[in-house]
Amino acid sequence: MEYRTIQTTCTYCGCGCGLLLEVMDEGLVGTLPLKTHPINEGTLCIKGWNVHEFVESDRRLRYPLVRKDGDFQEVGWEDALGMVASRLMGIRDKFGPDSIAFLSSAKCTNEENYLLQKLARAIVGTNNIDHCARL
Amino acid sequence: MADLKKATAIISGLLAKDKVAGFLALRMVAGHPVPYLFTKPEELDGLYLGEVRYPVTKLLIRLARKYPDNSFGILARACDERSLVELYKNQQLDPEKVTFVGVACSGELAEKCECFRPYPSRIDIGEKVECQEDDARVREIEAMPEKERHRYWMDQFTKCIKCYGCRNICPVCFCPSCTLEDHDLVHLGGMPPQIPIFHLVRAMHMADRCIDCGLCEEACPADIPLRTLYRKVRETVKHLFGYLPGESTEDFPPLEVLGEGTFEIGEAGKSSRS
Repeated sequence: MEYRTIQTTCTYCGCGCGLLLEVMDEGLVGTLPLKTHPINEGTLCIKGWNVHEFVESDRRLRYPLVRKDGDFQEVGWEDALGMVASRLMGIRDKFGPDSIAFLSSAKCTNEENYLLQKLARAIVGTNNIDHCARL
Repeated sequence: MADLKKATAIISGLLAKDKVAGFLALRMVAGHPVPYLFTKPEELDGLYLGEVRYPVTKLLIRLARKYPDNSFGILARACDERSLVELYKNQQLDPEKVTFVGVACSGELAEKCECFRPYPSRIDIGEKVECQEDDARVREIEAMPEKERHRYWMDQFTKCIKCYGCRNICPVCFCPSCTLEDHDLVHLGGMPPQIPIFHLVRAMHMADRCIDCGLCEEACPADIPLRTLYRKVRETVKHLFGYLPGESTEDFPPLEVLGEGTFEIGEAGKSSRS
């Protein structure tokens, strides 16, 4: 028998609200606002309150999928990343770096966003980098 | 420190003698007090008795449902105890399966919470302090002319971001299907919320159930004075029916159980049964 809470940061936007994921016997059963968090001070929005629901959602994308013969098929990470890299490089070589744009996300961590702009600027060679909060 | 020692001794006693399968309280984890089910006495080094409050009795419902044969212990302040009364009364928890260790709140916390009785019926930890219920905000709003009062509340409700936090944190909100998710009253998945119906439906449901813990107001990102609203409906039910939620498992909520005969609300707010 186990009931505990895990402190984490809401992934829904850039605010960074602190929340508690309620774990009962290794299953995720609920979310609570972290009352002592300096950002949200025990409050959450409707998305934060329901974070636990998407973690174990059946509709969640868990593996890379590639469309083959009109259907999505599961492939390994190596294959998926290799395919993305070679296609992006092919487009860049043919049409130039500014033919590619990168869209980052407020749902990612700072570090992940930093890495995406690094990929855009240093590897592909474009300043076309933006994020979903400006859509 | 003495309180912490005493609490640790009581709880480890309950766990060691297998009186309870687990004890629900707050534990310091990574610098924050968070809800935790203690199952071994050695975990109690992180036990927290400070001023941060979570709806622990509501969290216990889920455990009790999954383990109906087990007994659980819980660290209960006065507000937690009042919520236990409501949860027993509404068959959400079985009083035979719950052992509470009563904590009296500090003077600072009592004052911050504007608590009318900051100590449980049995004090195991802490010392009893008295505190005056502060109804200044209720009186202030009540004194406004009707039009102004209406505008005041509509302005407050307009701030709502429809997070459902007031309901989610509420220790006496447990219904599996909630009127606030009823298609006929509330446009689900849409903003803005239907005002004032969204808030008044909740206020109505709180009228004979709210135990005035104030967790809803603490959880409101829009700073809506929910507690003031619910205090007013609580007061109305108290005047009309002589009923206060959270006080006794013997009294039945008048808006749910009217009993036989007719019930009339006469002039000057006096109720009569015939």
